[in-house]
Amino acid sequence: MKLTLHIWRQKNVHDQGRMVTYKLDDVSPDMSFLEMLDVLNEELISKREDPVAFEHDCREGICGCCSLTVDGIAHGPERATTVCQLHMRHYSDGDEIYIEPFRARAFPVIKDLVVDRGSFERVIQSGGFISARTGSAPDANSIPIGKDEAETAFDAAACIGCGACVAACKNSSAMLFVAAKVSHLGNLPQGQVERQERVLNMVAKMDEEGFGGCTNYYECEAVCPKQIPVKFIAQMNRDYLKAVATSD
Amino acid sequence: MNLDAKIPSGPIAEKWDKHRFDIKLINPANKRKYKVIIVGTGLAGGSAAATLAELGYQVEAFFYQDSARRAHSIAAQGGINAAKNYQNDGDSVYRLFYDTVKGGDYRSREANVYRLSQVSASIIDQCVAQGVPFAREYGGYLDNRSFGGAQVSRTFYARGQTGQQLLLGAYSSLSRQVGLGNVRMHPRTEMHDLIVIDGKARGIVTRNLVTGKVESHIADSVILATGGYGNVFYLSTNAIGCNVTAAYRAYKRGAAFANPCFTQIHPTCIPVAGDHQSKLTLMSESLRNDGRIWVPKSADDKRAPNDIPESDRDYYLERKYPSFGNLTPRDIASRSAKQVCDEGRGIGHTGYGVYLDFKDAINRLGKDKIEERYGNLFEMYERITGENPYEVPMRIYPASHYTMGGLWVDYNLMSTIPGLHVLGEANFSDHGANRLGASALMQGLADGYFVIPYTLGHYYAAEGKPEPIDTDHPECKRVEAEVNEKLNKLLSINGNRTAVSIHRELGNIMWEHCGMARNEAGLMKALERIPELRQEFWENVNITGENEDYNIALERAGRVADFLEFSELMVRDALERKESCGGHFREEYQTEEGEAVRNDDDYCHVSAWEFKGVDTPPVMHKEPLVYENVKLTTRSYK
Repeated sequence: MKLTLHIWRQKNVHDQGRMVTYKLDDVSPDMSFLEMLDVLNEELISKREDPVAFEHDCREGICGCCSLTVDGIAHGPERATTVCQLHMRHYSDGDEIYIEPFRARAFPVIKDLVVDRGSFERVIQSGGFISARTGSAPDANSIPIGKDEAETAFDAAACIGCGACVAACKNSSAMLFVAAKVSHLGNLPQGQVERQERVLNMVAKMDEEGFGGCTNYYECEAVCPKQIPVKFIAQMNRDYLKAVATSD
Repeated sequence: MNLDAKIPSGPIAEKWDKHRFDIKLINPANKRKYKVIIVGTGLAGGSAAATLAELGYQVEAFFYQDSARRAHSIAAQGGINAAKNYQNDGDSVYRLFYDTVKGGDYRSREANVYRLSQVSASIIDQCVAQGVPFAREYGGYLDNRSFGGAQVSRTFYARGQTGQQLLLGAYSSLSRQVGLGNVRMHPRTEMHDLIVIDGKARGIVTRNLVTGKVESHIADSVILATGGYGNVFYLSTNAIGCNVTAAYRAYKRGAAFANPCFTQIHPTCIPVAGDHQSKLTLMSESLRNDGRIWVPKSADDKRAPNDIPESDRDYYLERKYPSFGNLTPRDIASRSAKQVCDEGRGIGHTGYGVYLDFKDAINRLGKDKIEERYGNLFEMYERITGENPYEVPMRIYPASHYTMGGLWVDYNLMSTIPGLHVLGEANFSDHGANRLGASALMQGLADGYFVIPYTLGHYYAAEGKPEPIDTDHPECKRVEAEVNEKLNKLLSINGNRTAVSIHRELGNIMWEHCGMARNEAGLMKALERIPELRQEFWENVNITGENEDYNIALERAGRVADFLEFSELMVRDALERKESCGGHFREEYQTEEGEAVRNDDDYCHVSAWEFKGVDTPPVMHKEPLVYENVKLTTRSYK
């Protein structure tokens, strides 16, 4: 099929950036979206033009590198699908596609479609862990965990840290990302000791990094490739209020 | 070249305890005086960085991704082995050791494998303490599943995302140490060379992938945890960025490279769809617990799979290996798939595929149970192929997945360059000629959490604090200049082919001649074609842009340049090893039924290669493998 692509090109963080139009003549429906961009880049390099920089690695939907906004939707039109797992069979001959980076103040553009998500790193470093020094663990089965509890924790732990939730939110809120980590650890017995401190520190860091607040539009849940539910935001809010009320 | 493995004396079950007592310690107050560089932040590098920082060492971690959480360990699906015997089904440290040595076709080092089995149980404890949400039974205790090459259920799993959850565990411990100021992170930074001063590894030269800046970093020692080289085949289950550069550059600086021809072709991947394909996707081996593998009995049978009656199907693994059936080790399952496809019985439009069928399991257990076990894998399959595996059998075919070969290390995980330790898939040590499923995660975490924290201290204590140097040292400047020269050369060629197209051509050569089956004629042909292709690359590659930029073309070209040299080493090793063992199948050495024929008289050794120059053949050194506990037999899974 033939496609027209409108792609955000931006030389570096200081450049203003603009949309540039490209045409592709021979796109196979079996290609992934990123393979379609590979084909474009091979053509650009052959014409001695600068290829489009975009982030990708595993190409199986788990590393969280890929971060494209396709036709205004983070990760594109398919539900529960990272853009690396989006396949071109969902498009038709003659389609025009708009491709932009994940946009948020806390995710400055590095080049073209690549953004800096270092803010996520700093939020995790502020408390997204259980302090369990190597060697100090008791036997694994000495901490029985109900199957349902473990499943709930897993639903939150499935987050791949891609940042689609932030890109989709009109407030650029990172609440779903932070809530996923807070709830993953907060739903497990091992995570109880640091539960209050964790939520206080992570929320403070999240605000400091320039992410906005949540106003319950649920766009984050709609685009989340791992379908992390917004109920975890509610749980984080409860944890946060409780921690604020009971901390010194 | 000295290949002393430094295996401790005494009975195998006591070696590690004895060694831990015999090795020297660094007093807690002195640990902060030592700095270690760690390259790679997957399970091995991430767990090592976290643990060494907890102990008090200064740690600097380097990785090419934007976050340590994105290393390719994240993609491991099926599980992690541990000799917990929670199922009361006869497992033990010795049995895990035995299964791993046997699964590796008797080409691994006994003492290392035994230690791996010993520490396996502590890994599970550690991960649970970190909050890894392993699968549970209703009583709240940990669940297990079985995996290829074992007759006990010892695999712990977290849905089909075990690697992700284990890596996030290591990453969270590492993040804690970063927050505490004990680890300095260098994201988007690629190692380009190793700095060796007075015969010891003292630092690395890196390129910043955003700014292009080339600079030196100095420490008291260097750890490589940079993964495997499966992308030498171009198409593999590895992430696009996985590469051999760090390990290969260390090899060029004097580290021996062991058994490079031992590569694992994973039997259950989604088949190639077309020329545009950039990677292959694994479908976890755990699917073989409930899926049945088959092809039509007749090569002429072109009916849709659900129209082919039972009587016309050949469940070839169950037929050939009745006691292990669909759970034979990976090398055997892969080769069997190749055999039926070579007979013309392969399925799908390319003829390179076999069916993995869940119909019987769905009838027996119900769709809900199958969905609970494999739901995310089935969804992934449907997203990629557009077919629903609950209704139509999956199509699968083997693909490059893991590399057992790697930099040679001794019992302390140190390479032949003093001060250069190598962990995880990047070293060669534990899997012999074939790795069993769910053992890669175990090894990566064993090396990082429970081996290097002891052996690194021993190195520092035994060697004493090295002479302080800084990045103005002439050797740093010399290596930086070499790296810059290479980058400038790449940018100045201005030819007509992209690095990707040359990588794809290299992959085809390697897959055809050094893939699932190898023979002398094919390997000789590869040995002719690789230098030609390398020359083509250095004369005709086209890399746009400049060094001082986020330059994806330059990044890729640097990695391809190293694959173009490394591939030759792999072929030489395959040519030299005149036997079939594990993932290395030489067609000249097989039984009439097509089973591998090992040659223990001449090849029961590690082949460790020493670099002698790009266009000069490397020199091979042998480390004999001595089996004091396990008796070498012909592997039988019948």
